[in-house]
Amino acid sequence: MDSERHHFDEMLSGSDGVRAPYAEFQKWFADEDPARLSKKSKEAEAFFRRTGITFNVYGQAAAQERLIPFDLIPRIIANREWTKLSKGIKQRVTAINAFLHDIYHRQEILRAGIVPTELISRNEAFLPQMIGLTPPGNVYTHIVGTDLVRTGEDDFFVLEDNARTPSGVSYMLENRETMLHMFPELFSQIKVQRVSNYPKSLRRSLAASAPERCHGKPTVAILTPGIHNSAYFEHSFLADQMGVELVEGHDLMVVDGHIAMRTTRGYKNIDVLYRRVDDEYLDPLNFNPDSMLGVPGIMDVYRAGNITIANAPGTGIADDKAIYSYMPDIIEFYTGEKAILKNVQTWRCSEPDSLAYVLAHLPDLVVKEVHGSGGYGMLVGPAASKKELSSFAAKLRRNPSNYIAQPTLSLSTVPIFAKKGLAPRHVDLRPFALVSPGGIDITPGGLTRVALKAGSLVVNSSQGGGTKDTWVLED
Amino acid sequence: MLGKTAGGLYWMFRFLERCENTARLVEAGFRIALTRSNDPASEWKSVVITAGARSHYDAKYDSYEAAHVVDFLLRDTANPSSALSAVEKARTNARMVRTALTTEVWEAVNEGWMGIKETLKSPVKETDLPTVLGEIRRHSALVRGALHGTMLRNDIYDFTQIGLALERADNTARIIDVKYYTLLPSASFVGSALDNVQWETILRSVSAHRSFRWLNDENMTPSSVADFLILDPRFPRSLSFCSRILEESLGFLAKDYGARLTCHDMISAQRDRLRENTIATIFDEGLHQFITTYIDDINAIGQQIEKDYRFNG
Repeated sequence: MDSERHHFDEMLSGSDGVRAPYAEFQKWFADEDPARLSKKSKEAEAFFRRTGITFNVYGQAAAQERLIPFDLIPRIIANREWTKLSKGIKQRVTAINAFLHDIYHRQEILRAGIVPTELISRNEAFLPQMIGLTPPGNVYTHIVGTDLVRTGEDDFFVLEDNARTPSGVSYMLENRETMLHMFPELFSQIKVQRVSNYPKSLRRSLAASAPERCHGKPTVAILTPGIHNSAYFEHSFLADQMGVELVEGHDLMVVDGHIAMRTTRGYKNIDVLYRRVDDEYLDPLNFNPDSMLGVPGIMDVYRAGNITIANAPGTGIADDKAIYSYMPDIIEFYTGEKAILKNVQTWRCSEPDSLAYVLAHLPDLVVKEVHGSGGYGMLVGPAASKKELSSFAAKLRRNPSNYIAQPTLSLSTVPIFAKKGLAPRHVDLRPFALVSPGGIDITPGGLTRVALKAGSLVVNSSQGGGTKDTWVLED
Repeated sequence: MLGKTAGGLYWMFRFLERCENTARLVEAGFRIALTRSNDPASEWKSVVITAGARSHYDAKYDSYEAAHVVDFLLRDTANPSSALSAVEKARTNARMVRTALTTEVWEAVNEGWMGIKETLKSPVKETDLPTVLGEIRRHSALVRGALHGTMLRNDIYDFTQIGLALERADNTARIIDVKYYTLLPSASFVGSALDNVQWETILRSVSAHRSFRWLNDENMTPSSVADFLILDPRFPRSLSFCSRILEESLGFLAKDYGARLTCHDMISAQRDRLRENTIATIFDEGLHQFITTYIDDINAIGQQIEKDYRFNG
């Protein structure tokens, strides 16, 4: 049924066949020999393998390290479009930080009756340990990934907020490097805003978020769960690019009230820890006692104001897909402005009327777990079999508050370079915003993920999606 | 630098060196068994012992057949010192310390791992063995070359050299240890054809048959072979050479960090011992005893380095 729908194609929907942002690229592409492009595409794959740009897929021992397929047709965004998007993201990220502060302090938004109390109090991502604690510089989410989808010329929607530990930024950077390497001539013909400053901005932003009592140049480190983590490549890539140490839990301990890393010359204090370890595993003394990945006592150091943890523990509450449904109200509550970026219509299955609607229209909807990510545990109604639909309906009835549902959006497509020429595939976009007490910095573009199967709406790399270089044009 | 990173660099280069040494042992064993020996099984047995893989091997096989030994030493992941196991571990350590490596070094290790893994996917045919062993040595040389040409000469580099020198010293010492009796100057063997085969095996195992000839003409005696392997400062796999690299690299660290630690005293003592001895005094004292002590010392120094530089907390 998917092929019968009308999709907005970001390259080929224009009146004369090509939309304006793609005009220059199209000219270049038309003159290219497809055989040369095929060869380049293979080169890119060899390059990714050689440099070890891989990710690990959980539960697949045989294919432990896999490549994320890279497609060489860029996703191009006009400067005018980007200006609006980045303004919307800034607004949203500002509101999310204000919301998190409020939720862990006075909870005005609950008192005002805008967000229901039980959505917070019964939420797994809510950390009571954070109540009353103000992180250094009052920043909760230092790094945010906002997932956007598009359905038409001016129709962008936020699909979800990633305020916990968004990943994928290394692909944004490596995709650009790869394109520069393969087609340098393209970048002299077309002026594309650069992304290569991201590691520098990240380091600056993290350093600016150091505890107030840290004097001199703050020591920044990245905390990784280790080489078996699916995003290990990204952790080591960012540490390398920023010139900071990549540490694991067993490299760290509490020394004189500070978090310190074991070096060849003794213990050295860390001021800012960019952690890529989930809340639950961060501190076996305060959270999951079985965790081997965290640092015993780090929460006590945090409470004493001697370390910045980025992102702050407990930010996952803003990723919650039920909270998401209130985001337009949350934005208005804290900024006094209407949300610039639209939300996708969302049915909260915890509400009986909504549940009834969702059950009645399951074949047309996308149903997600409120804490889910990575495309795991979701139902895409139109693509599901009768059997899948009925077993999912049973799950829904058992635990309705664990789910939300959204209409199946007619996601925009961008062509990929396929064997038989250009072929449209659905895409999404994850721009990355950096937050520090000094302000919000958004790298132009972000990561474009693309579903490689014709008609598929699932772009997650863990489910076989690929990526594209994302261009924001200079004016 | 993180203690873990220092440890990762050290082990990365120990395993790379081990991978190469294993290939070298197989090469020597193969050649001798093929051309010179009346008793190939005993040649292969001493190859397995030298590789430090005897207990694992005996758990799996009853006899020392060429095909089994070659497969076990090159491809068997049940053997922690097989070329494949070693390159896997080298690459895992490299991945762990990737931020400390230049792109060139990382890519050389990663490509080496991909290449060797692919080559050793299925059992190696006898006809392909020389090519396969050559490939393993070439990958190893590429990593060393990238390291030499692109890395800063700082503590990172020092830890790679320490790992490399320790593994190499241990390897050469074990080769001598396994064959020490063939190097004893007992009159009845001197000059016999058998001994020449044994000495040649030893020299080939450290790729030194050619350099030995260059330096010693036709004068191949047990004492000249032993002297070369233990005391020759020019030969990059002699005990003396390896100990010098160790002392130098540890010395750079001491200077860089402004701290002299226990491991520094240990390596100085070992080098003094090597300096004070001649091959004659070593034979007087007992070659076997000398080598055993050397191996113990090397292992103790390795453990002390791990402690002094906080590899494991």
